[in-house]
Amino acid sequence: MTALSDALDKARAEGRAALIGYLPVGFPSVDTSIDAMRALVDGGVDVVEVGVPYSDPVMDGPTIQAAAEPAVRAGVCIADALRAVRAVAQAGAAAVIMSYWNPIDRYGVERFAADLREAAGSGAITPDLIPDEAGAWLAAADAQALDRIFLVAPSSSDARIAAAAAASRGFVYAASTMGVTGARTSLGGAAEALVNRVRAVAPDAPVCVGLGVSNGEQAADVGAFADGVIVGSALVRCLLDSPDAAGVAAVRHLSAELSAGVRRS
Amino acid sequence: MTPDSAMPDATGHFGQFGGRFVPEALIAAIDELTAAFHATQRDPEFRAELQRLLRDYTGRPSPLTDVPKFGEHAGGARVLLKREDLNHTGSHKINNVLGQALLTQRIGKKRVIAETGAGQHGVATATAAALMGLECMVYMGEEDTRRQALNVVRMQLLGATVVPVRTGSRTLKDAINEAMRDWVTNVETTNYVFGTVAGPHPFPLMVREYQRVIGDEAREQVLERVGRLPDAVAACVGGGSNAIGIFTAFVADPGVRLVGFEAGGEGLDSGRHAATITGGAPGVLHGARSYLLQDEHGQTIESHSISAGLDYPGVGPEHSYLHDLGRAEYRAITDAQAMEAFLLLCRTEGIIPAIESAHALAGALDLGRELGPDGLILVNLSGRGDKDVETASTYFGLAQP
Repeated sequence: MTALSDALDKARAEGRAALIGYLPVGFPSVDTSIDAMRALVDGGVDVVEVGVPYSDPVMDGPTIQAAAEPAVRAGVCIADALRAVRAVAQAGAAAVIMSYWNPIDRYGVERFAADLREAAGSGAITPDLIPDEAGAWLAAADAQALDRIFLVAPSSSDARIAAAAAASRGFVYAASTMGVTGARTSLGGAAEALVNRVRAVAPDAPVCVGLGVSNGEQAADVGAFADGVIVGSALVRCLLDSPDAAGVAAVRHLSAELSAGVRRS
Repeated sequence: MTPDSAMPDATGHFGQFGGRFVPEALIAAIDELTAAFHATQRDPEFRAELQRLLRDYTGRPSPLTDVPKFGEHAGGARVLLKREDLNHTGSHKINNVLGQALLTQRIGKKRVIAETGAGQHGVATATAAALMGLECMVYMGEEDTRRQALNVVRMQLLGATVVPVRTGSRTLKDAINEAMRDWVTNVETTNYVFGTVAGPHPFPLMVREYQRVIGDEAREQVLERVGRLPDAVAACVGGGSNAIGIFTAFVADPGVRLVGFEAGGEGLDSGRHAATITGGAPGVLHGARSYLLQDEHGQTIESHSISAGLDYPGVGPEHSYLHDLGRAEYRAITDAQAMEAFLLLCRTEGIIPAIESAHALAGALDLGRELGPDGLILVNLSGRGDKDVETASTYFGLAQP
């Protein structure tokens, strides 16, 4: 069992959805981003997704791109993400890495898995790696007892949902809408329908919903039907608006609001 | 070594290269496109319609032109140009786009998006969209909208919306990122008309099959005119669609050297180039495993070339495969070499080539000197240079009265 699975189990035992917060390491600096991740934990998130900034983030909208670009220019890399993972684990939350595939590929997939485990990380989310292409990662993650989280989308066929759920450990990441990351005012019904479709083919797999959740009310809504609620861009926005201690405080404040949200549903 | 003609496999792998490294949200559309592509390849009606368009609309077959005065500078070798510059819209890009636009109609989508570097693929897509009544949006790096302003106007005249991309290096790589984001968001209504043999499966396969008409025609034309196969086939390589288009017909001819010329920019040592195979390493970019320009952390390195169409840090997976197999060679041509060959073709033969194609011409000069007067070189003149007159004017300091 990873710390991630423990965190999801604990939330379920409390009769609520888990709260998962995303921040990219290295924006506005590595140290401040790690402070912000600790603030997420203070605010009540159960799991921190440590983002690895990447030069070509095709799944990300303008908010996360705006944070990733300067971090990439500053040379932020997997080693920085592993430092953040260690800090999150020490702060008492589960940590997973969220990375496009090429930085991991370049780092070396086996070395990545070994170093992630050594940093007390639980696993990784790979938004542009589908299970079909993930042979090396599945083997490396198994060897280190790490979770690997694959995505499903409203457009996924039932067969693909089944394959993604079978390949995933930890949870299945359900993308709430078709599109890139970013806060949305309305999530529509696609997310709940997708969660139900995952449960139909994989009744035991925890399903967490990401893309678009930005406030406590939405967190409560999504938490009513999902095992976990994933928030990214809205947290990143706090640091873009105020790339300093005030931004870190805003992250703490928003994560507390989101945390209250998942406890309300 | 002869490549396996069964490549790619069912999920788009050329040996260790290719594949589908894309968000899950796109897989359904990619699966649909793959199935429709295979079905239409076997559909005589579809094939006939594409043939008709290539003949009556594009003007195929494109001629093969002997360029003896240019050849004098290439060690006296006989140089033949495959004249893709004479196609409607001015480059080879239209071959692929007509196929993909017909395919878009077949799957019932009404909107197409495209990325473009030099603007040639964008113009071709806008053209096909106008012809077939499709809504068209073209993503183009802001830097490229400046260097290829003429093509922006052409696309607008054809009714397309051109979106300047202001992220990253503001060139082709970032235009592809933005087009992918559009596609993920609007995939239900929108087909992505991809311009080169890169990207996720089925694009490298599909674009190859739509472009192979170049080599299929040229092989027949050379045999008819000269009575033998060429010693070498030369093409420029950015993503690599014109090169794959002309190479494919010759891949099974072991005596024919296949040589791709990448953009060496200011020289490989300068770090400012786009020579992906010559100067890069395998990794994953834009949906496929292939050679790419990347740093030690796996971040894409921004490319540089005087030619917007070659200014791309990736390359099609089949080129990576042919390179590792040793079936094709890849060499770098600097901006200066390309511009010299550009001017040489203008002055010796009265043909203004695209700066992209001038890289292949510069390569042919070297190949000719290696082969000598008995050598026979087929060069893919992939596009015409009208779009490049401003770049050339600045480079050569022209237009001063």
